[in-house]
This record gives sequence, C-alpha cells and structure tokens, in this order.
Amino acid sequence: MSTTTETAIGIRPFEVEISDEKIEELRSRIEATRWPTKELVDDWSQGVRLSLLQGLARYWTNTYDFGRIEARLNALPQFTSEIDGLEIHFIHARSVHEGALPLIITHGWPGSVLEMTEVIGPLTDPTSHGGTAEDAFHVVIPSIPGYGFSQAPTEAGWDSARIAGAWAELMTRLGYTHYVAQGGDQGAGVTDAMGRLAPDGLAGVHFNFLDAVPKELLMAALNIRLAFSHDDRDQLSKVLATIMRGYIAEMGEHPQTIGYSLMDSPIGLAAWMLDHDADSYEKISRAFLDGEATGGLTRDTVLDNITLYWLTGTGASTSRLYWETGRAGTASIKNPPPHVKLPVAYTVFPDELFQAPRHWVKNAYHNLIYYNEAEKGGHFAAWEQPEIFAAELRAAFKTLRNGSGS
Amino acid sequence: MSAEAPTATEIRPFQVDVPGEALDDLRRRLAAVRRPTKELVDDRSQGVQLATIEALVAYWTSEYDFGRVEERLNALPQFKTEIDGVEIHFIHVKSAHENALPLIVTHGWPGSVIEQLDIIGPLTDPTSHGGSAEDAFDVVVPSLPGYGFSAEPGDLGWDLGRCARAWAELMRSLGYTRYVAQGGDVGAGVTDAMGRLGPEGLVGIHTNLLVPALNNPAALPASTEQERAALAAIKTFQTSGNGYFVEQSTRPQTIGYALLDSPVALAAWIADHDTDAYYKIASAFVDDKPSGNLTRDHLLDNITLYWLTGTGASAARSYWEAYGPDAPGAKQQPPPDVRIPVAFTTFPGEIWRTPRSWVEASYPDVSYFNEVDKGGHFAAWEEPELFSQELRAAFRSLRDGRSA
Repeated sequence: MSTTTETAIGIRPFEVEISDEKIEELRSRIEATRWPTKELVDDWSQGVRLSLLQGLARYWTNTYDFGRIEARLNALPQFTSEIDGLEIHFIHARSVHEGALPLIITHGWPGSVLEMTEVIGPLTDPTSHGGTAEDAFHVVIPSIPGYGFSQAPTEAGWDSARIAGAWAELMTRLGYTHYVAQGGDQGAGVTDAMGRLAPDGLAGVHFNFLDAVPKELLMAALNIRLAFSHDDRDQLSKVLATIMRGYIAEMGEHPQTIGYSLMDSPIGLAAWMLDHDADSYEKISRAFLDGEATGGLTRDTVLDNITLYWLTGTGASTSRLYWETGRAGTASIKNPPPHVKLPVAYTVFPDELFQAPRHWVKNAYHNLIYYNEAEKGGHFAAWEQPEIFAAELRAAFKTLRNGSGS
Repeated sequence: MSAEAPTATEIRPFQVDVPGEALDDLRRRLAAVRRPTKELVDDRSQGVQLATIEALVAYWTSEYDFGRVEERLNALPQFKTEIDGVEIHFIHVKSAHENALPLIVTHGWPGSVIEQLDIIGPLTDPTSHGGSAEDAFDVVVPSLPGYGFSAEPGDLGWDLGRCARAWAELMRSLGYTRYVAQGGDVGAGVTDAMGRLGPEGLVGIHTNLLVPALNNPAALPASTEQERAALAAIKTFQTSGNGYFVEQSTRPQTIGYALLDSPVALAAWIADHDTDAYYKIASAFVDDKPSGNLTRDHLLDNITLYWLTGTGASAARSYWEAYGPDAPGAKQQPPPDVRIPVAFTTFPGEIWRTPRSWVEASYPDVSYFNEVDKGGHFAAWEEPELFSQELRAAFRSLRDGRSA
C-alpha cells in the first residue's frame, strides 16, 4: 500500500491516437470470427444470445465509425499524471462559473470514462442544460488503473483503497481543497473507500450503487432475529443474485484466465462485456436488433466502450480489479475499514440491479444527507440518462457547496 | 425430456478426417495471438500463468504434430449411431479373451475420449500389460453429446440422466446384456446417474469422483481429520477456483464465443481446471516434466480436438444442463439411490481426497474402496496402468463368466 505524498509531479496534456493498423487488425478479427451454434433457449438464460452478437458484429464492421473514440475523447481536455507509480489518465473539464464545486467521478466495469462523457456538459455548463450557475461543477473523470488509457498496475495491491488514495492525490495536485466524489459499480467501491479515507478537502460523496451492501447487510441477513420485510427479502435475493455471477466468480478468482479470451477475441470480449445485468442487456439488445436505443445507450456508444477495451488491450488488467476487490473484501472481514462519517448522498435508479431502500443506505452510511429515487435509468445511469444523472448530482450536493472550491 | 428408453439407429464405422484448411486456420490464429500482460502473482492464484500459456502456444505452433488427433483416433475402431436424436461417437474395442467384461467409460470436462485412449490396451489386452486373461474387458468409450465427434444436442434436457439413458441404450444396441460402467468428473455424474437408473444389464459402477459429495458436502460425515480435510478442500475449490463452473453452469453461451474464436482462450480455459492438474500441465509445458502420461502432446491432443470440433460452447452447455438453476433438470425430483454395487478409487491429487466413510455414506452397497498413491483428477489419462489395475480389482467380484 502506498502512503505517498508525492508533489511537484507534472500533469501533462494527453490526446488519444489510434493507428489505422490496429483498427484494420480489429476489423479483420471480427470478420474472421468462428461462431458457436445458437443457444438452445429463447431468452438470455444461457448467456449472450447469438443473434445479438451477430447483429453487433455486423454493425461493428459495416457501419461503426472506428474514429469515434478518438474524436469523442480528444474533444475533451485530457491529461495524464504519474501517481503512486502509475500514469493515470483523466478528463478534466472546468466550469466557467465561479464557485463551481469540484467533483471526481469514477466509472466501473465493464465501463470506462466513456460512460461519463455526456454528464460533463450538464455539470460544467448547467445554464445550457436547464440549471443555474450555482449548480456548476468542475469535473474530473479518471480512468481506473488498468482501464482505458491509465497504466495497468505491475504489482498486486491496487484495490479500491489504494485507488481512493490516488484520487485524493490527484484532486490535491489539481489544486482542489474542497471537493466531492461520485461513483456507481466499481466506482462506488472506490468512492466508498474515499469516504472512509476522508482525505483533506473531501466534503461528501454520492453513490448510485450500494457497494456497502454485500458486507454489512448480508451479515445482517444471516441474523435470524432480524425480521425482514417482504420488500427487503426481495431486494436481498437480488443482491445475492448480483454476486452469484459467473463473470464475478471468474474475474474475482482467475482474472488472468479470462484475460486470454478478452485479449484475443473481440467477439469474446464483446460477449463478456454485454453479460452484465438483465436490464442493460435488454436495452443493448433492443438497440442492436430493433434499432431502439434507450437514452444514451446507443449502438455507437456501446461499441465505443467495447472498442476502447479492445484497442487499449485491457481485458485482463480490468478483470484484475475484481481479484483485488475480492482480496480486500476478505481482509476487511478481519480488519474492517473505518466508517464513513462524511455526508453521503444516494440515488436509486429504478432499473439498477437492486433498489436499495433508504434504511439500507442509512445503515451503511449514518450521515445520509440525500436519498432519492430517480424516474428512470439502470446500472449505467450516467451513460443512459445523463440529464437525470446530472440533475441528481446537483440536488445531492447542493448543501455541500460553500464557495471555497478553487 | 425423454423418460422412455430411446432406441439407437444403425451403428456405422467412423473415421476422423480433419480438413487441411481447418489446421491452417488454427495455425493462423495461433500466430496472431494477442497476449495479456503477465499476472501479478507468482502462482496460480490469478489463473493460468502467462509463462504456461506462452510455452503451450510455442509448442503448439512449432513442435506439435497436428495430425496426431486423427492418427490416434483412427488407430482405434470408432463408430457412430444416433440415440435419442443425437449422433453419438464412440470407440469400441473388444478383447480377444473370452468372457471379457463389457465396460463403458465416460470422460469428463475439459476432457474427451483422448483421456481414455491409453487405458484401452491394458483393459482389453491385460496379458500384455501385467494382468491375466481373467482381467479382460470389452471397452466402450463414447463422446458425450456436444463433445468431440458426437453431435450437439439440438434441444434442451440433455442432463446427466438423459446421457445415462443413452449409454444404457448404446450398450443394449451393442448386444451387451451384462456390463459395468466407469467415470470421473462429468463422467462420474453420468455413471452415478446410470447407477440410479439401474438399467437391465448394468451390474456395477466405479467412479473416481464422489458425485454426492459435490452435490451436498454438508451432508457427509466430518468428524475425522481426513473428513475435515476433504471438506476444506471442497471449500477451497468452491471459493478460489470454480469460476469456470459458475460460468459454464449459468452462461455457457457467453464463454462459448471466446472458446470458439480463440485457440489461446480455449487452451487457458481448459488448463484452468483444478490446482493439482494445473501445476502438472504447467510443469509439462514450462519445464518439459510431465506427470505420468500428461505430456505436452497428450494435453494438446485434447485441446486441439476441442478446437477442431468447435465444441467449446456445446461442452459448456452440458454444465448448464447438469448443474444450472435454469435447466429443465433442476426442477426434477432427485433420482433414487444406487442399488447396485459401487466401487470407488481415491486418487491423491483429486480436488479432494474422498474418505471411505463418504463413499459408504453415499452408496448403500460399496463393493470396493481403495486409495492409491498417485494420480489426480484426470486419473485415467495421467496414470493409465494404475487406473486399469484399479478397474480390474474393482470389478473382479462382479465377473461371473456370463458376460456377452
């Protein structure tokens, strides 16, 4: 673990550059895919369906513009900086409004900074997106080590806590002395760890996924004296179903093994990434097979994310985060991390894997200052519903603004 | 589901014929492998190590003889017959000795009939392998549906019980009226199911993996040190190395894409079975120090067979059928107890070392139990002579000279 207080290390501008050669290689691999036979069921109960992947492969090779990633990312101010031995890639978009609140947002798996790009406008420029100048944020969106254009760790130990430490250093390095943090999925784990670390300057956190559930509530679930309501039981079984997943078991136990698939077969990678949760699968399936996108989850943006994983060759290194999370989770049973004392805000999205009731969130985070159920959106809330997501962050952090953000 | 006994169609001879372009395509893919960075640990705890895969790919590309699968299989009498709607491939070697005992041996995952090739000689021709004529077997080694040269099921419901019914029909159609069955891994599941089905003619079974222990380890005795060690070994497997099991029994199609499209993905997935087998495989490729018969060539014969037959997804689906919560079989009543004699051999490198007490708690009529001093999960493959000796000893009391 690192307790570095590195200083005076440079922040360098960064631009994505992808060679035509790499794109040609990807295209030829997709075209040469050796397909399995069709699944034997009429739903997704055996995994990602052949018709969806064949539809995706067709769009990927025939219609998709491989220059999109470069264009989308290079339209934003990107930087890299070496923190704790790793070159970290991040987007840093400052608001023109004075007193904007600095905010660091962490993506998850199978996501990337591409999940978050459409919340940047509403957050940094609220007056153009139905908000007021008082709603403005300066936005920092880093790539988790081993993801996208951040360097992959070359040693074990890069768990959520170590990433949280790196993020605190990044915010300090950017000169922010009063800021907030946000995350869902693995980003919720990192943001939770930031809350427990409580670095100088961090004023509060917002989640759209309850990372704290598996540990604390599941322990409570084993306590037969606690009476659970019908709704609690329903949600708990959804939580359990979330954990008992092949991709979590495999990436948590043997990330290197699945890494060979994710590096060598673009269709193998696409299948693995689409097999996340039933709701996002349905939405992505409709986008490819019926041309009906749900919000920001369009064919193009789904392929941007998969193409980014392929071109950066990060299938194995992204999987290793689950191995780290698993190790850290086991260790925390013996040595629990400190409680989160900072203010916590929470938004429930109706199509998320489970809908954490307020009292679960309150149980995990005693200083709950905001809890709301959004009207739509699923696991990839920022990606699917950027306007709603941005509105939630404005409301969630309203009371934590004090005008001292740099 | 077909609860009624299926009927086999005509039995036809079969020869493997691998087209040259399939081999060229495999070579092209191997030459273009895109590797991940090295794992961050010095052991198997993050999965199949890069050094193992690099040595495997180097050997596969530069030294392995791609004609081996065809040659090894075509040296044996192979047949096909359609049972219950699926074309079944099998090896059938009759002993020259009279009164040989007919035996059906079922492979597992990530195996194939390749696992069993080197027990065929000792079993059918014992006098050339340190045994006597009274030890002889007629051997039937089928490929499970969706594996190797058997066809893939086109409908749901091919669980262990349905495979067991198909094997009973296969033995009947071969004219065997008195026979025994053997299996490890998934093959143990099929053999256990045959025991529960109790078809006419089946007089006993032998397994080298205790199926009831995997289904419900908590129901087994846990008072002795040996029993507690076996329980702990099952728990270790279930918490640190069964990602493949969860994935295949719930999402076989998802992992199937990589297994069909990338030979290196397939090799890694197959090499990642259990700790003991993994280190033996790593030692074969990295240090050229095979454990017994688990040589580089034999390991690649099996992986190459999966690749050339394109059965990564269909083999994975057999887990979905056998162990998945969404399979039709998951809603069925548990099958009855095994009423025929059961023989068991504990191999020391197996995922857990089955104590005699567990076998006795699992089966009412245990006719044979032995613990041998070497061999692991792929016992028949790794130690074919020892494995054959076990089968001779295990089934000795079930011979009566009346076999077909």
